Amino acid sequence: MIDARGLSKRFQDKKRGEIRAVDNVSFRCEPGRIYGLLGANGAGKTTTLRMLATILEPTDGTALVSGHDVIEHPEKVRANVGFLSTATALYPRLTAQELVEYFGRLNGLDEATLKKRLDDIFNRLDMNSFRDRRCDKLSTGMKQKASIARTLVHDPPVMIFDEPTLGLDIMTARTITTFIRECRDRGKTVIFSTHIMSEVEKLCDVIGVIHDGKLLTEGTLAQLREKYGEQDLEEIFVKIVTPLESQVEA
Amino acid sequence: MNLSAVGIVYRKEFTEWVRDRRTLISTVLVPLFLFPLMMVGFSALAVVMVGKAQKETPKIMILGGQDSPQLLASMRQLDTLEVIPYADNWKDQISNKDIRAAVEIPKDFEKSLATSDSETVKIYFYDGEMKSSFGANRIEKFLKDYRDTVVKDRLAAKNLPASVLSPFTIKQENVAPPEKVSGATFGSFIGYTVIILCMTGAMYPAIDLTAGEKERGTMETILSSPISRLDLVGGKFLLVFSASLATAVLSVISMGGSFAILARTSLMNSSGGQTLALNLGLLSVVSVFLMALPLAFLFSAVLMTIALFAKSYKEAQSYLTPMTFLIIIPAVASVMPGVELTPKLALIPILNTSLVCKEIITGTYHWNSIALIFVSTCVYAGAALFLAVKTFQRESVLFRS
Repeated sequence: MIDARGLSKRFQDKKRGEIRAVDNVSFRCEPGRIYGLLGANGAGKTTTLRMLATILEPTDGTALVSGHDVIEHPEKVRANVGFLSTATALYPRLTAQELVEYFGRLNGLDEATLKKRLDDIFNRLDMNSFRDRRCDKLSTGMKQKASIARTLVHDPPVMIFDEPTLGLDIMTARTITTFIRECRDRGKTVIFSTHIMSEVEKLCDVIGVIHDGKLLTEGTLAQLREKYGEQDLEEIFVKIVTPLESQVEA
Repeated sequence: MNLSAVGIVYRKEFTEWVRDRRTLISTVLVPLFLFPLMMVGFSALAVVMVGKAQKETPKIMILGGQDSPQLLASMRQLDTLEVIPYADNWKDQISNKDIRAAVEIPKDFEKSLATSDSETVKIYFYDGEMKSSFGANRIEKFLKDYRDTVVKDRLAAKNLPASVLSPFTIKQENVAPPEKVSGATFGSFIGYTVIILCMTGAMYPAIDLTAGEKERGTMETILSSPISRLDLVGGKFLLVFSASLATAVLSVISMGGSFAILARTSLMNSSGGQTLALNLGLLSVVSVFLMALPLAFLFSAVLMTIALFAKSYKEAQSYLTPMTFLIIIPAVASVMPGVELTPKLALIPILNTSLVCKEIITGTYHWNSIALIFVSTCVYAGAALFLAVKTFQRESVLFRS
């Protein structure tokens, strides 16, 4: 379960002054459901997800992740979260197995559990052929699998995906989307950010539209279609965002 | 601090470190081979070059002296000099290294000798050019011998003994043990080198583990794991510190080996022909190592803190290059003649360690100064590590864009 309560993040920029990257954002993600955070580039998706993963600390507000407060107990939050983004790269000089072992140990797994978990994950993701190969020698698809294995090793109840398919080819992106569905089917709480409409339509149970750091609306795809009188998600997105754009221009 | 988590990070960083050629070169290969190459290699080369220069029979030219046939004949008979015919461009020939030197015999030189008038014989040479100096020295030696013969003849003519010119002799004699003599010669060099190598050993891992992680995109990966920032810095710091120490240890071993080779092959002979045996006792080695410990600690923490501000490996290198000069300046200052350890200097980091290493190698142990330097450097190192931890907790540094 993720419960974001008035999350805000402000940055100071020498030229532009104070920037409100995320402004009073509240939402809930339930176990066994995928929450899609939809927004254009610079809308505040990454900052929101980084705050949920405790990589960044909120300026105001807070969030409960698996019952732990992101400000009070960031380490407990991270122990319950698997975080995957295109920015979370792999250690080039470690093998795929060493990488996953490292994160397993950091998550406090004992050696016996770690070995069992590794075998299970490597079999499930069909990674045995390259488990002893260094990460800098892996193909993009193999790297994504290794990243998935890294996020799964401690079997976290909450999964956070920040534009995980960005820049990937179709087959690799498909591996990721299949994995996200599997997480939901296993009863995990999944939050997923993207600006690709088709991914949202295919994957998300609940959609939140974020723009200029504000969460403008949320609901199921059916609810949004009904509310905005459009079938196409792209049209719905434009309708949600455009009034704000007009205000900004005015 | 969770020591188990620190250990996990350290193990992983160590694995990556030994697989990185760049850091291995700066940490292992440079200290291991730099000294033998610099000291044994250059010394051997210098010996060969000097030997070759000494074996050469220098070509010289005589200016004037036609009215001093005996002197000219004596010079021409010498095996150690090759007299070539006079040419007007003798200065150019010396500058162009065609001849090594020229000697100017004053007019009526032999007549002046007979009348006991004092004349000046000039030797022209190329200052700073080794072979030319050797040529000039041989001419001078010949002339001194010639002068001694003239003096002897004059004394004999007046029935006076040769000792009339030297009623007593003067001799300087060293009373310091050979280790102290060689320690005074090499002590500052050793301290300086250990300090510089402690820094270079720490530099590349410090960059790789901070700016390098940012550049490769693994910083966000590790920050999303449950490890605390304190434990993460702890593990990374320990690796940088280990690399720095490894470099220091290897450099001391390498230096010891180089000096041993030099002593055995007698390449390191002083002008008096006495070998400068550098006797680095176990106590000196351990003491130098112990004094280098807090300094390596300080370097590791400072370099990591600075490198963390950079977004890329290249940017970090540009930040740390000026740092190198800041470290070299006090280290070089300690090598300056006459710079001795004082209570005030004992508080200046780097300079204090370099100076105390110099004293330790000469076998001098001022325990008050040693304690003051050790404690003060530990305090600076602790402050630097605190700063490193604080910097690691700053989002504006970790996610600088």
